[in-house]
Amino acid sequence: MDPECSRLLPALCAVLADPRQPVADDTCLEKLLDWFTTVTEAGSSLLLLQENPCLVELLFRVLKSQDLSSRILSFSLRLAGIFAAQEDCFQYLQQGELLPMLFGEVGPLGGAAWTAPAVRSGWIQGLRTLAQHPSALRFLAACGAVDTIFSLQGDSSLFVASAAGQLLVHILDLAMRGPAEGRCSPQACDWPACAQKIVCHIEDSLCSIATPQVTQALNVLTTVFGHCHGLWTQGLWVRLSPLVARLLEKDPVPASHSLVDLLLSVARSSVPSSDRGLWETLAQTLSHLSPTQAGPLALGILKLQDCPQALRTQAFGVLLQPLACVLEAAAQAPGPPGLLGGAAGDPMTVDVLLCSKSACVGLLCCALTHLGLLQPLPQRPSPWPQAPLLGAAVTVLRLCSGSVAPTSDVGGRLCAILVGCGRVQRAALDFLGALSQGAGPQESVMQVFSVLLEYLMSPESSSMVLKKAFQATLRWLLSSPKTPGCCDLDPRTQLFLRELLPVLQKRLCSPCWEVRDSGLEFLTQMTRHWGGQAGFRQALLASEVPELTKQLLQDPESYVRASAVTATGQLSSWGLLAAPASPERPGAQQKSLLVELLHVLCADSEGFPRRAVMQVFTEWLRDGHADVAEDPERFVARVLQAASRDQDWEVRAQGLELALVFLGRLLGPRGSHCPCAVALPEAAPPGTLAQALPEAAPPGTLAQALQVLCRVQLFEFAFRALFDCDRPVAQKSCDLLLFLRAKAAPCGSPQEAGDSPNVASVEATLQRWQAGEQGQPLGYLEPGAVMAVLRSIDLEGLRDTLAESSDHVEKSPRSLLQDMLAAVGVLGENEADCY
Amino acid sequence: MKLYCLSGHPTLPCNVLKFKSTTVMLDCGLDMTSTLNFLPLPLVQSPRLSNLPGWSLKDGNAFLDKELKECSGHVFVDSVPEFCLPETELIDLSTVDVILISNYHCMMALPYITEHTGFTGTVYATEPTVQIGRLLMEELVNFIERVPKAQSASLWKNKDIQRLLPSPLKDAVEVSTWRRCYTMQEVNSALSKIQLVGYSQKIELFGAVQVTPLSSGYALGSSNWIIQSHYEKVSYVSGSSLLTTHPQPMDQASLKNSDVLILTGLTQIPTANPDGMVGEFCSNLALTVRNGGNVLVPCYPSGVIYDLLECLYQYIDSAGLSSIPFYFISPVANSSLEFSQIFAEWLCHNKQTKVYLPEPPFPHAELIQTNKLKHYPSIHGDFSNDFRQPCVVFTGHPSLRFGDVVHFMELWGKSSLNTVIFTEPDFSYLEALAPYQPLAMKCIYCPIDTRLNFIQVSKLLKEVQPLHVVCPEQYTQPPPAQSHRMNLMIDCQPPAMSYRRAEVLALPFKRRYEKIEIMPELADSLVPMEIKPGVSLATVSAVLHTKDNKHVLQPPPRPAQPTGGKKRKRASDDIPDCKVLKPLLSGSIPVDQFVQTLEKSTHRPPVPFLLEQHGFSDIKVEDTAKGHIVLLQEAETLIQIEEDSTHIICDNDEMLRVRLRDLVLKFLQKF
Repeated sequence: MDPECSRLLPALCAVLADPRQPVADDTCLEKLLDWFTTVTEAGSSLLLLQENPCLVELLFRVLKSQDLSSRILSFSLRLAGIFAAQEDCFQYLQQGELLPMLFGEVGPLGGAAWTAPAVRSGWIQGLRTLAQHPSALRFLAACGAVDTIFSLQGDSSLFVASAAGQLLVHILDLAMRGPAEGRCSPQACDWPACAQKIVCHIEDSLCSIATPQVTQALNVLTTVFGHCHGLWTQGLWVRLSPLVARLLEKDPVPASHSLVDLLLSVARSSVPSSDRGLWETLAQTLSHLSPTQAGPLALGILKLQDCPQALRTQAFGVLLQPLACVLEAAAQAPGPPGLLGGAAGDPMTVDVLLCSKSACVGLLCCALTHLGLLQPLPQRPSPWPQAPLLGAAVTVLRLCSGSVAPTSDVGGRLCAILVGCGRVQRAALDFLGALSQGAGPQESVMQVFSVLLEYLMSPESSSMVLKKAFQATLRWLLSSPKTPGCCDLDPRTQLFLRELLPVLQKRLCSPCWEVRDSGLEFLTQMTRHWGGQAGFRQALLASEVPELTKQLLQDPESYVRASAVTATGQLSSWGLLAAPASPERPGAQQKSLLVELLHVLCADSEGFPRRAVMQVFTEWLRDGHADVAEDPERFVARVLQAASRDQDWEVRAQGLELALVFLGRLLGPRGSHCPCAVALPEAAPPGTLAQALPEAAPPGTLAQALQVLCRVQLFEFAFRALFDCDRPVAQKSCDLLLFLRAKAAPCGSPQEAGDSPNVASVEATLQRWQAGEQGQPLGYLEPGAVMAVLRSIDLEGLRDTLAESSDHVEKSPRSLLQDMLAAVGVLGENEADCY
Repeated sequence: MKLYCLSGHPTLPCNVLKFKSTTVMLDCGLDMTSTLNFLPLPLVQSPRLSNLPGWSLKDGNAFLDKELKECSGHVFVDSVPEFCLPETELIDLSTVDVILISNYHCMMALPYITEHTGFTGTVYATEPTVQIGRLLMEELVNFIERVPKAQSASLWKNKDIQRLLPSPLKDAVEVSTWRRCYTMQEVNSALSKIQLVGYSQKIELFGAVQVTPLSSGYALGSSNWIIQSHYEKVSYVSGSSLLTTHPQPMDQASLKNSDVLILTGLTQIPTANPDGMVGEFCSNLALTVRNGGNVLVPCYPSGVIYDLLECLYQYIDSAGLSSIPFYFISPVANSSLEFSQIFAEWLCHNKQTKVYLPEPPFPHAELIQTNKLKHYPSIHGDFSNDFRQPCVVFTGHPSLRFGDVVHFMELWGKSSLNTVIFTEPDFSYLEALAPYQPLAMKCIYCPIDTRLNFIQVSKLLKEVQPLHVVCPEQYTQPPPAQSHRMNLMIDCQPPAMSYRRAEVLALPFKRRYEKIEIMPELADSLVPMEIKPGVSLATVSAVLHTKDNKHVLQPPPRPAQPTGGKKRKRASDDIPDCKVLKPLLSGSIPVDQFVQTLEKSTHRPPVPFLLEQHGFSDIKVEDTAKGHIVLLQEAETLIQIEEDSTHIICDNDEMLRVRLRDLVLKFLQKF
């Protein structure tokens, strides 16, 4: 321990033990405990206590004091636990009878302080930390702690109750780890007394008629099988499984949620390898639980890596049940039985669906979500009933929109329940989107597109439903098969596009900004993937969508403006923003977009659109957008100038990203070492930035590249960012300059400018910037001066400093102790750091 | 209590309620869908309409070709449009005491009722209802009168001829009762019979019932009505809305504890959510205008238009439509826009508070100030100078049969760039468009009906829990076009009673109580006796005095002092017989104890000469639906004990009867 901390400790202990001194706050105590944990992990606790007797004294004083706050009592219990975790220190504290006084019946356990949940929680946590060695087990047995923990399982505070359960698991594990390790005998006589006691308690609880007790037992067991990996767990299961199975005989099954958790936890543990009976229990449980309760279990079973096929089939059937019922109810004529993999509409599921709106919506949403989660998994059931599932999703959506007229009574009632239900609509659209990963029969796919179009068109679709509908549509569009031998879109998709674009057009005019926003996002994604497809280009250019998108750059809602920026950026990248420019004025239309986006960057009052502009510009520069390629230097200079003044740190950070891309194009990508070797014009793709480098600069020389960088004032931008008050910006700038220096170093400096007068003034300015005075500009920099400055700044050191969290100075234990003392006025003057 | 149903239109109701001694008409809506059978009345000579071919029968007989014209396969009557009036034969309308109006759409038949049926009563309505109702009537009269049409067709109405006509003319009901529009004079006379009322104001009708208007949340000044006596309450719910639009919110609490709730005026488009429709309206409007097209919105001059203008106010800037002119053309446009701003107390809280800022409650004032919204009485005059395209025009009439809208349909119908957006739900848009076919302009149907939908109704009924619900038959089954939507009907317990046009319903509750006042001096003389905790009884002898449906118990006049021969005799005739009354009995007879008493042999009968009488040993007790029968077999005697009566049936033995009677009396309290 730091000597300074040792010096402060007695005073702090005195403060803590003094009921008249209010302690700053709980976080200080937590930090203190963290620190003691670190100290004891690094060295001997015994030594610590011997060197700092004030600590033991604190514990004694806490015990004696009558009116101490529950926080300090709780803290002391946890502190004692930390010390006693080491066996020698445990013995040391035992000699003083301190531990029984803290944790035994004479301690807070019997007193008034016990009513505070914090004290009960501290007691449990103290014991949890303490219970690390056989002596601790004996201690627990001797002081009767286990019985107290049993009672705390039903504590009114959920935190205490849950911690009590976990402590039981920990003790059981500890007890079984020693002598019983390696045995899996279910015979209780072999087990340590402590473990026996706990297991008997669990057995009693499982047989109890009170559901809360059953739940406690099941939760403890769930933790056991989830966290303990000893062979003994197999024995435990053999012993307890009959009791668990007996729960299934009750109607209704008590604590079904916890039971499901336990069974899945056991199934994931090493038990199944030894006990095949588990699968039977799971199968029984699936058939006993109500459809709503069985859903999560079925999903869990299907996610298991290794499980009998019959059980998987049964579990899949459970998940499919609700959808099978819907399909059956909505069928115009009785279809073939077992439409969904043998799962016919089960009367029990139908009852749940029809009993109330909430039950129906809950069950359907769960079924749809579970199946959606299962779809992408490699272990999903095979064969996967893609076509009936598509049919079911479409039917659910149609029931929700009221566009299907079921003839059956059940169908009619379902329709009445589901019509207009946004929750089911969203779940079904998500599910439909997930199904796009698999193909389907032509007819089903047609239905999918038609129901999606219906939703996109319907004025009844809420903005959230529309968003989901757009997402699902995108997934289906992107997964639609390519026509063999032709790289363009297939005719069906083109037909759909022709219907979709007018809808999108209308949605872009919606008075609801969320709708405009999701419309733009959809357009961006679609263009990103299909910008090069002739069919798409043709349909899009024939519509008014590009024009509308551009108008939305003036939207009153900043999110929409941001999305419009991204969308127009994407459209422009593919030359889709306007009708092809006339031969006399190539790119005239495009240029105006650049100006418009620059205007957004300089003038928009909100951060989102400006960030979006920076992203678009970075992308344009990276991809060699024609408009940028015309004069990249001017482009970069203007963008950096605007970004450097921006209030939003993300815009400045994105500015550095753009600068990095620019550097990459000039000097070769990061990682390749000698920029001199990069033959710029040859390396770059035709028609992109590299070609546009100033002609005066002969290719291959760093000097010219540096000249360019100086001209676009990239260094001024980067140096300013280096001292940015937002750490991510400074870090990024540091990385950029390090990259630049690494690139330049092997080539030597074009001109040794160490003693150039310019360097001194630059360094002086930088120092002022570092001090927070960023008013003065650097002015035009010579490449030589830049390199000299770069070499003179300790970039590595700066990077390391920036890598530390911002409170690294203040986080030291000494600072913590000083703060706590200062808060109660023990230190003469307030030397504490403010943070 | 009876309900006479004079209109079959669920949202334009006209019902008469007979309650106690009063006859109350609830609304008098005018069904204007009949006008859809007529040709439009163009403001400017329309060669297309005037050159339509006459219609002739299949056999070539063309005697109707002057009256009926054919357009794109549909047949229309070429005459002044006529309206379908409420039933006038079902009940003598001169007996109607009062008419209660719930909103301005439901009073359009008022002149027909007040001016032509001998009606002499009073009409009650709120001020905005009257003012805006007047505007609607004025507009209607103006629309029809400014295009005088010499021809009035009546041949086709002949039943034998009507049968030969194609649908929908063939199926039109009660065509003989269809009438031309009233005149402005009739309107003024009708409106002069209206007495203004405020929300929650209690209006006594002849002392028999009290009527109270409540805010219904649907339109400016729209009301539901409570019609109640001291012990019965009928609620009349007509055109209510729970959405937050411009009017004051609906008062639901006052509808609680009704014996009967008459429910009319639900949304006509239960499947369309008004928010979605407003979105649809805005999007389509913007798309059309951006393409250089014009937008025509056929609408009433008041109501939803205020909300639409408010939406557009927020929307036009974001949609880049700031430079597009909005025109509102109606003979009453100016009054409507201005009236809306002065009825602050009838507006929702939000708008009310604006008045104190002070700001106009509706933002259309700002639209007018900034010249974005311009209003004109008609297309003639200033409008033709200012007219600029592309533009958005709001004008009437939504039926597309008369008003300035006819002109715009003719003007813009040929171009697919233009759009007509239907927002009023009262008319089928396809039927409205029929005489304009073939039509190139786009048609968008965005009906905005803020009235209650079935989900809201079911919540409302759960909340207010009326004993019985009465509603038009249309609400008791799903709409014919969506027969599978079982949620599109009223679902309540007991099931709602339904009515249809020309039906008389006996409302299912009996009046059981009447309130009677006791004069203070009489009350003073009463000596109540507590018969069980909290319940005291007293006998009262008094004169019941009834006047104006109020009943008062007055002290009986003292026997007049003898003053003279003849006079005294007369006076004593008037005095009711004040005999000494037998004591009144109360309480119930505990059968077991009663039987035990009968059985007790030691029982001493109250009559001395029956001393030796033994107790009864052969008593049988039978339970009946209403009480018990105690059977004394040997004595051939029955004692019937019921909740409110006891009979001793003992044919031959008067002594025994008296003895038993006294036994019974022992168990009862007397006072």
